[in-house]
Formats: sequence, structure tokens, C-alpha cells
Amino acid sequence: MSSDLAAERPAPPLVLPKLPGSAALTVRAFRCWLLAYRRTWRSSVWSSVFGPLFYLGAMGYGLGSLVDKNGTSSLGGVPYVVFVAPAVLAVQAMNSGLSNALYPVFGGLHWNKIYLAARATMLRPSDIYRGHLLFITMRIAMNSGCFVVLMAAFGLIRSPWAVLLLPASVLTGFAFATPSAAWAITLDNQTAMNYPIRFGAVPLMLFSGTFFPITQLPAWVRPVAYATPLWHGVALCRALSLGDVNAGSAAINVGYLVAMAAVGLWAGSRTFRRRLYV
Amino acid sequence: MRDGPAIRSRLGVVPQEDTLDNELTVRENLLVYGRYFGLPRKLINERTDQLLDFVQLTERGNDQVDPLSGGMKRRLTIARSLINDPDILILDEPTTGLDPQARHIVWDRLFSLKQRGVTLILTTHYMDEAEQLCDRLVVMDHGTIAAEGTPRELIARYSTPEVLELRFAPGTQEDAVEKIKDLSPERMEVTADRLLLYAADGDDFLARVHQAGIEPLTELVRRSTLEDVFLHLTGRTLID
Repeated sequence: MSSDLAAERPAPPLVLPKLPGSAALTVRAFRCWLLAYRRTWRSSVWSSVFGPLFYLGAMGYGLGSLVDKNGTSSLGGVPYVVFVAPAVLAVQAMNSGLSNALYPVFGGLHWNKIYLAARATMLRPSDIYRGHLLFITMRIAMNSGCFVVLMAAFGLIRSPWAVLLLPASVLTGFAFATPSAAWAITLDNQTAMNYPIRFGAVPLMLFSGTFFPITQLPAWVRPVAYATPLWHGVALCRALSLGDVNAGSAAINVGYLVAMAAVGLWAGSRTFRRRLYV
Repeated sequence: MRDGPAIRSRLGVVPQEDTLDNELTVRENLLVYGRYFGLPRKLINERTDQLLDFVQLTERGNDQVDPLSGGMKRRLTIARSLINDPDILILDEPTTGLDPQARHIVWDRLFSLKQRGVTLILTTHYMDEAEQLCDRLVVMDHGTIAAEGTPRELIARYSTPEVLELRFAPGTQEDAVEKIKDLSPERMEVTADRLLLYAADGDDFLARVHQAGIEPLTELVRRSTLEDVFLHLTGRTLID
């Protein structure tokens, strides 16, 4: 194939070109988001650093000084800030999963039209979906990585298990990202995207054992908390950070989050296909 | 359907609505597309230089897309669709919404692609565009094929060689229509503002109109175009 535009073209080949594997196509879609991100990464790093700092400062140290005065035996005897930090890590992972999988996915169809441009090429809707998820996962990992480093720097980590905090929080964010993206692609107007944040993320954050142990809730509410995905992310991160790891509970937490991510992946392949192949 | 992606790897697509990434630069838009097709960076850079030159955007290469004019964006979309050196280029109303100058630049570029052996498939509402660019065209009316052939064939089949256009003072057209009917023209189309008379020899028919004492406000003899074919086939009203 000549790269010289001025040359006469030979007759096109009669055999269809062979397509590369799905992984290669996914990476191609991912690199497009990476290129666009080069323009905005500086500002996003600031929010990755200051977000956790604000949370830890206000909730951990501010509120924590009040809590600690009354004794923290119900928290496992650790200072409140140590108790709350891994949970806020999980919340932040959920929030990055949601925010990166809602508006940018909607925008890929309606604003910057990255999806529409990509579908005219050899990329399939599932490649476009997974490529974007790869980028979203990278963003969650960047935010979580910043947070874990800050936790370590403030001495809030009590266990060597904490090396698993990064994968655990990324899994938490990913479990929220796959179904959110699967849903966002089906939307025709953007206001609907406020609902999962307002009526999903906020109550989840308040009642998933983030700021106080679930045991403080009335007994009849507790099963609801156990059923929510964020609780599993919080429980997993907290166990790793405090070194209070129980293999059975951890397996349930991981299993729940993996299942949720898998359902999202399955649904997203379908919704992306339906939306992008007209 | 199964081979869709493999087939698309040999196609270029210029959609009606631009799908450029406005936040990226002109060159980056081509880079993204080149990567979608798995081209090596070096080849993408080479082709980007050639293509930007081809669509006369070399100087805007490092500018963001957003502030570019409609015509420039269209040309950039065409350049982008060519990054994979496609065998077939599909264009959906490539010059809709462009000013006349910008249209001519696009036509010129498309024509030179055609000369090089790239197959163009395009949809258009502009009959002059079809006449300039198409070897074979299909007239669609309400989703069905009304006619098919080369522009010349269609004109020969569905129109006369020449057309006489007459315009009358307001209110006088109806009388004129009646009188002209007596001259038994081959075909007559009455539009809101003028009369189209189809004839083998337009000047000859105009002379007969004058002899009959009919005094139009303006008169014009021209060659038949695809527009006349379209009017004939779809019944006067140009649908959008």
C-alpha cells in the first residue's frame, strides 16, 4: 500500500483484511482517551490530591478529635482518622468510577462524539466500550494511588495488607464504572445522570459504614447496608488497612464487586452495540 | 454484519454531521484516526502532512479544531477519512451548509480523489454536485429508486436538451400559461414564480412565444440539468 497520495491506485485486493485481536483494538480506543487527557491531566491531579486531603482533614482530624475523646472501642480501638481513611478511599474510588463513566460516556455520543468517530472505523462497539473502561480504570487508579500515598504519609496505615489497598479500591470503582457506562450510553438527555449521584452515591456514602460502623445502625437496616456495593468496598479496604483481614469476608466482598463489574461489562457490550450500530 | 469491521477498515466515512474532536488539534484528530486503523506513527505523520496539504489546511495543523470555519472542518473530516488510504469513500451530503467557495474547494478535492481511483459514494440534495461528481447516480424519492443512470443518460431520458424559463409580472402568469398551452410545448412545469418550458430548441420556442404576442418579464434559455430531471421524476416540489 503506497503512502503517496499522488500515486495511481492499484486495484483493491479482493480479500478482506484480517482484523487484529480484541485486546489490540481495545488499546487503540484507549489511546484516543489518553491523547485527549494529556490536555487536562494537570487540573485533574490537583483534585486527586486535594479531594482526599479535604476529606481526611475535615472528617478524620476535625470530626475525629471529637470522636476520639469519647473512646473508640466500637471502632476497634484505633483513632477515628485511621478508621475513616480506608472507607473514604473506597468512597472516592466509587465517585471516580461514577463520574468518569457517566458524563464522559454520554459525551462520547453527544458532545465530543469520540464514539461516533470511532464507530466509522474498524473498532467494534465492544472495543470502544472496553477502551474507554480501560481509561476510566486508569483514572480511578490514579486517584486511589494518590490517596493511598497520602494515607501512608500521614501514618494512617496499620498493616502490610495495605499493599492491596490499591487493587481493592480500583475494583470498587470499576464495579461502579461498568454498569454506569452501560447505562449512560442509553441516555438521550443529561439530567438523568444526576440521579445516580444524588440518590445513589450520596446515601451509599452515608450508610455504608463509611463514617461509623454499621453496627450503630438499627438492626433492621443493617441487611440493606450489607446488600449495597459500597459497603463491600468499604469493608474490604478497611480490613486491609487495619490488618483485620478475614479470608471468608474478603472473598465475599471481592466476589460481590467482581460480579457487579461483570454484569456491567455484559450489559455494556449490549447497550453500546445497540446504540452505536444503528 | 460479521465482516463489518474488516470492511470498514477499507472505507473512509464523511458523515453529514462532523464528528471531529473539537478539543484536539487538527493534527491530533488525524493521529487518533490513524491509530484506530493501527497505522504506525511514522506513516500517520507522513500521511497527515500529505492530507493537510491536500485539503489546504497545512497552516492550521497545530490549531484546535473548535475555531475552524465550517468549510475547514468539512475538509478536515475528508482528510481524516482518508488516513487509512480507503478504497471506497462514503460521503453524506459533503457540502451541505458550506458557502459557494468552500463547496468548490471540496468538489475540486473530491474530483481529484476520483481521478486517482478512489470510489466515491455520496448522497446530496444538490443536483449540480451530483452532475459534477457522479458517474452513476440514483434518484431517490420517498425511499424508492425513481431513476438510475449517468447524469447524461438521465437528462436525455427524462428531459429535453434545452429549457426555456419565463417569468411574468405578478398575476399575469395564469393567462400566459393558457396561451402557451396552445403552442403545445413538449412539457411545461408551472412553479410558483416561473414557467419552465421543455424543448429541443429553446430559442426556437421563445420565438414562437413572442409571435403569439406573449410578453414575459424575463426569459432565459438554458441547457437541461439534473435539476429538471429531479423535478420531472419527483414532481416539482423539492423535498428536504
